[in-house]
Order: sequence, then C-alpha cells, then structure tokens
Amino acid sequence: MAPIIEIRELHKWYSGVHALKGVSLDVQPNEALGLVGDNGAGKSTLINILSGTQMADGGTIRYEGRPVTFRNPRDAMDAGIETIYQYNSMVPTMSIARNMFIGREPLKASLFGVGVMDGRKMAQESMQALADVDLHLRSPDALVGELSGGQRQGVAIARAMHFKSKVMILDEPTNHLAVKETQKVIGFVQSLKDMGITAIFISHNIHHVFECCDRIVAMARGEIVLDRRADEVTMDDVLDVL
Amino acid sequence: MRRLLKIYMEKPELAGIAFLIVLAVVFQVQSDGVFLSAQNLQGILGLMPEMALVAIGVTLLMICGEFDLSVGSVFALTPMVMGVLLADGVPFALAFPAGLATALTVGLINGLITVRFAIPSFITTLGMLFVARSLTVVISGGFPPIIPPDAMPREVFIAFVGPGDMFRMSFIWFVGVAVAIGLLLSHTNFGNWVRATGGFLPAAQSMGIPTSRVKIACFMLCSLLAGFAGTIQVMRLGAPLPSIGEGLELQAVAAAVIGGTALTGGIGTILGGIIGAVLIRVIDNGLVLSRVDANWFKLALGSLTIFAVIVNAWLRKKARAMKVETD
Repeated sequence: MAPIIEIRELHKWYSGVHALKGVSLDVQPNEALGLVGDNGAGKSTLINILSGTQMADGGTIRYEGRPVTFRNPRDAMDAGIETIYQYNSMVPTMSIARNMFIGREPLKASLFGVGVMDGRKMAQESMQALADVDLHLRSPDALVGELSGGQRQGVAIARAMHFKSKVMILDEPTNHLAVKETQKVIGFVQSLKDMGITAIFISHNIHHVFECCDRIVAMARGEIVLDRRADEVTMDDVLDVL
Repeated sequence: MRRLLKIYMEKPELAGIAFLIVLAVVFQVQSDGVFLSAQNLQGILGLMPEMALVAIGVTLLMICGEFDLSVGSVFALTPMVMGVLLADGVPFALAFPAGLATALTVGLINGLITVRFAIPSFITTLGMLFVARSLTVVISGGFPPIIPPDAMPREVFIAFVGPGDMFRMSFIWFVGVAVAIGLLLSHTNFGNWVRATGGFLPAAQSMGIPTSRVKIACFMLCSLLAGFAGTIQVMRLGAPLPSIGEGLELQAVAAAVIGGTALTGGIGTILGGIIGAVLIRVIDNGLVLSRVDANWFKLALGSLTIFAVIVNAWLRKKARAMKVETD
C-alpha cells in the first residue's frame, strides 16, 4: 500500500540550532504510529510542520501522493490532518458545541466570510459526534472547562472524526491525566484503527505508546534513531537508543 | 444553589441586573420617589447612551482578550476632527465620516502595534491615550471650534422622541448598535472567533483562526464606537471641547467588569457591559437625588468594581469546580 504521508529530508533550524537533520519517514494508511523521544529530540518540530504551525527549512512532504506545503493549521486541517494537543485544542470558556466548530462554523448565510451560525445544527451534530466516539454528555451547551481531561480529549477526537480527518496527530494526549482517564484516551486511539484513521501518537510515556501503537519511531537529536514494528521491539530497546 | 451557579455561568450579567434592581429600589425610597419619575428617567436615558456605547466597544475588546485605554481620548478626537472640518465649511456628509475614519485609524494602529510587536495592549493604548488627547488639543488650538448652528443634523442623533419625549435619538442609535454587536458576538462565526481568541489564544491559533485579524477588528470596532459616542455628546453640547471623555476609559472598563466581563478575556456579554454602564449612571444619579455629597460617587464606583470582580471570580471558581456528568 502507498504511504499516506511521505516525508523526505526534512530540515529545520532555530537560530543556529539544527532541530531536524534531514528526517525521512513514511506513514502507512491506517497504522498507529508511536513517536517517542526526549525533550528537544525534534518530535514536536516534526509534528508542528505536519500540522502547519511551523514551516520546514528544507525537504518535502507528500500527502496521499501529492507534494504539499502547509502554511497554517487550516491548510493541514483542510487536507485532513488534525492535531490534538493536551492543552491547546479547546477553549475552556466556550461550550462543547462552539468548540467543536471553531473556525469551521456551519453558517446559515454569510457575507465576506462572516455569517450567522446554525446553532441547532451545531448542537445536533456535536452530540452525534460525541456519541460516535462513545462519549455521552448531557448537553452540547456545557462549557469545556467543566469537562475532565479525558473528556476533553474525547471531544477533540470527536471533532476530528466529525470533520473526516484521515490522519490524527495526538501530541502528548495522556499528559497529566489520571490513570482511568489515560486508559480512556488510549481506548480512543485504539478505536481509530477500526475507523480507518491513521494515528500519530506522541508521548513521553513509552508504556502508553506500546499499548496502542503498531509501530514505534524514536527520535533523538533531530534524527530518527529507531523505526520498528511494536511487536518486534521491547521497551528496553527503545530506551537504549534515546 | 447548583442550578443558580449554572445559570450564572451561562448568563454572567444576571448578577448585575439583580444589583440594578436593588439599587433602583433603594434610590427610589431614599429620593422620596423622584428617582423613578419620568423626568429623572428621561435624564438618565438621555445621557446613558454616550457612555454605554463606549462600554459596548470596550466589553467586546475585553472578551477578545485585549484592552483599550485610549477610548476616552478617541471620544474627544473624533468629534474634534469633525468639528474643525465643519468650522472650515466642510459639509457634515464629509466631516462626520472623516471623524469616524480617524477613530478607525486609531483602532487600527492600536491593533497593529499590539499584534505586531506582541506587547500588552494596556501599554499600546496607554500611549495612544496621550497621543490622541494631544492631537485633539493641537488640531483645535486649545479652543472649541465654532460650528455653524445648522451644520449638524442634530435631530437625527439627539432630538427627543417617543412617548412624553422619554428618549433621545441617541438612545435609538445605542439600542441598534447594542443589538447588532450583541448578535455579532453571540450568533456569528466572527463572535465565536472573538471568544476563542480571548478565551484561549493557543487553541484559537491551532484551529486556524486568524487571531491577529480578529483582534485588530475588535480594536477598530471599539475605537469606532468610542468616536461615535463622542460625536453624539458633542452634538448634544453643541461644541467639541478638547477635554471631554477624560476618565471615560476607566469608567468603561469598570462597566465591563461590573457586568461580568473577565479581565483575562473570553468571558462576558455585551448586555453585561451595558448593565455595568447603566449601573454607573444610576449610582451617579441616585446619589445626587438621595442628597449624598456627589464626591462619594467615585468611591461608590471604585468599591463596586472591586466587589464585582471578587464576586465574579468566586462564583466562577465555584461553577468551575462542578464537573459535567455523563449519563
């Protein structure tokens, strides 16, 4: 099967620091890829480039066979790559329904891109999207700030599902979560496979990565130092190269 | 209690409404029934729109996570530009838009500097407070320009209308603007972006919202409303004094905060800002009618502002502690 994402010789410098040193990586459709590495290993940089928050200084990315350049998060989202962060993908002071549709609000009518939101559609579709990931919340009007960490990740995943993402990047989604909540998020990631979604799961916690990924990619000092199937490698092997 | 907190979280301006009713009752009793008389209400409603318009803009901007201390100066600069042009014989149809364009330009500069250099808008607009005030005095030469008597269509903006001449036209303008901005915030995608930008900037950015443009648009709207409010006041007074609007920026912030807007952004409603503005007018007016020394006004305003922030912070903390239940 052709890779859904083909990364070739990606370079990134930060004022003299060579953060990505010619990284090449193929991501297969429908696989769950675990990306591990210490702080400063370059995994965040790689993810930021894939999600459109940063641009590479050199190298190419092909997505579904076509060369792509994401200039901002919206470009990546429109292509079908959705990134879920531990903190910054939800606005706590806004309702679930409003959060689901930030930047992609269904409009009844619009002029120069500004228009009246279809509140009913937002409420219905957000409840449906939540139910689809088996998250049953009482009201779409509840504020996201009132949700637990795991529930928030559920809403973020439901949002990505609703907008038919093909690739979901989960950046440290289990950080600072209680054990039970962590299991829930890992469950979400495992269920992505059944829905035909490619997942890139970034974590400090190797246990979490092994629990839900088919393939482990480890990065250190801006390079990929290990790339193996999860069932062919042990946690110690991974820890040794980091 | 739980239910009340939930309602409060959805409608933070309710606390202000409750307080307004209490105050109205107190002043009504204290003033021997004068406070709610038609004549006094006419006075309150005639002056209120000028400050309330400023408060609407400041509230919108604060929800977007930014701050504008220059509104008081823009309140003076806008009508001064118009007045100087009118005194030179320029027709109203050109002088009025020129004034508002000045206000928009100030807002644009405030926004561009704040976003471009990533500095607190508190500082940008503090600087602009002095700059715009200085320009006002400079272009007027320190004296109000003499505006020809029929140069301004005052009947469109300040004439008394309604049953028993209860309202001024400015009140109709104010209601129109309030409804428009209120709907913009609550029912449009732009409103969603404003709330997201002020509520949690990294999330808004990662969802691809043009946060810089949203902020600049809010700065411009805020400035425009302040300039429009100043223009209305000048039409009412008949001459643009260079000193009008001094201290107004802080009253507008107080109004927004009293109405439940959070200084941190993301939380608040236009109605809340208006209620805050009405509360300030009511306290001002009620103290006088109750024969309290007028110098107590600022003390009352200051205390109320601090009290409102404490109560809002406490209620918010309480409400946040409640988790959403799953079925």
